[in-house]
Amino acid sequence: MSEVLVVVEATKEFGVKKVTLEMLTLARELGTPSAVVLGGAGAAEALSGKLGEYGAEKIYAAEGDEIDGYLVAPKATVLAELVKRVQPAAVLLASAQEGKEIAARLAVKLDNGILTDVVGLDADGTATQIAFAGSTIVKSKVTKGLPLVTVRPNSVTPTPAAATPAIEQLTVTVTDTDKLARVVERVAEQKGSRPELTEAGVVVSGGRGVGNADNFKLVEELADLLGGAVGASRAAVDSGFYPHQFQVGQTGKTVSPQLYVALGISGAIQHRAGMQTSKTIVAVNKDGEAPIFELADFGVVGDLFKIVPQAAEEIRKRK
Amino acid sequence: MNIVVLVKQVPDSGADRNLRNDDNTVDRGSANNVINEMDEYAIEEALKIKEAHGGEVTILTMGPDRATESIRKALSMGPDKAVHVLDDALHGSCAVATSKVLAAALGQLGADLVICGAESTDGRVQVLPHMLAERLGVAALTGARKLTVDGATLTVERQTEEGYEVVTASTPAVVSVWDTINEPRYPSFKGIMAAKKKPVQTLSLADLGVAAAEVGFDGATSAVVEHTKRPPRSGGAKITDEGEGGVKLVEFLATEKFV
Repeated sequence: MSEVLVVVEATKEFGVKKVTLEMLTLARELGTPSAVVLGGAGAAEALSGKLGEYGAEKIYAAEGDEIDGYLVAPKATVLAELVKRVQPAAVLLASAQEGKEIAARLAVKLDNGILTDVVGLDADGTATQIAFAGSTIVKSKVTKGLPLVTVRPNSVTPTPAAATPAIEQLTVTVTDTDKLARVVERVAEQKGSRPELTEAGVVVSGGRGVGNADNFKLVEELADLLGGAVGASRAAVDSGFYPHQFQVGQTGKTVSPQLYVALGISGAIQHRAGMQTSKTIVAVNKDGEAPIFELADFGVVGDLFKIVPQAAEEIRKRK
Repeated sequence: MNIVVLVKQVPDSGADRNLRNDDNTVDRGSANNVINEMDEYAIEEALKIKEAHGGEVTILTMGPDRATESIRKALSMGPDKAVHVLDDALHGSCAVATSKVLAAALGQLGADLVICGAESTDGRVQVLPHMLAERLGVAALTGARKLTVDGATLTVERQTEEGYEVVTASTPAVVSVWDTINEPRYPSFKGIMAAKKKPVQTLSLADLGVAAAEVGFDGATSAVVEHTKRPPRSGGAKITDEGEGGVKLVEFLATEKFV
């Protein structure tokens, strides 16, 4: 069977991200998964255990400052060379900022079609995408070149399939043009132990109704009790209640967790665009006419400052 | 500095949006078409750079006839002129082909700096800035929440999953911006009147030296096979809190096995 290249998404703090395991799971439908690690020195070694656990038969690694010290261009160059050499059945990347950017450059380099925000992939390369704020299901295909797709987190359930991959270090030959955008500094911001927003199984979000930044502690408390991530509506972010990287919606993150809890969020289309493919939706809002209740599987009309602490207490009791 | 801002006309994301049943493209005929929201932040950023450093701001749009409305709207914010890439053969173009056309136009315009929104609200594909940079052989500083211009040096702060990174490059370059970068100005009455007289140049594929076979449906590198509307979610139980709302909420979560 042909190889399927899976470009690994990982963080220093948490290692291999869940979306990578989802991609390895999807890749097995199309061929033999090979993981591609593009990162700092020693990155592949640290990740190989987890990648093997989910079926990576081989790991290609391109590491070091030549790769990691610039925005995606060097990574795309290395990947393009690898694709030309191994002629994979497909190339999978994460549908996040960097994955999309590498895929974009790869598409131009190879004059190859590209499909983004893919939530399902058939053995024949037909991809399923969710478009227009979750309202439309699209089936599409790359018609020129190989299936080059970026996979949206929380699309499939990762299933283990043990393998013991060997690491092949790739020779890095990046051009001067690849080194035009230099990373001067990477600043890690305190995030605590919560799961990453787009990958979390549970997301608890607060909106304008939360009232102020301090009150977001309530949202965080409920998120922590449910083992979830914290999100915020655009209204809450614009009001300065919570940082922008946690914004869920049309101009923020798209999430698709098992459970989405909307607290003090009216449910404007801007917000619905980022969360309406969530499996189960629960809402608390003082306005019984709020559009969020049209989506909610369970809604409570009332004062979130009474309801949320009571819910938190009840969860503690049951633990 | 010679700045080109990419502007895309999109169907209003606040209304119902659809793909056409005849050719699977975005239905623009029945929609209320507006400037892609993120592009307004790109225009604002370009105008701020012009105000601080001098130069010229040009709007570049690829789109059908009706995109003229969005071009005039964009010009009313303050840019100097616009270029409209207009050709019937462009209908159905994929992202790869679109980047080919826009790169050809940018090549003719000779921009020092290209600014665009990080994504459009219709496709949300986010690939165009890097595709353009790849074709033009220039730097791409994408996803900017802050842009500093110092002579020919550009420095961008961009949000990442872990925090943020600071990235630098020299012009010429492509910069894409998020809506956290600034607060776009509203067009003034004077701006709206002035926009009517600003030059809008129309370029065809022939003007750009791109063959019709490389774009549109013929040149597309991907295709929509089918599309269906997802059934709208129907609301479930809705209760009014009478003192036990929190407990009832947890009871629901327990039946769904989240607690």
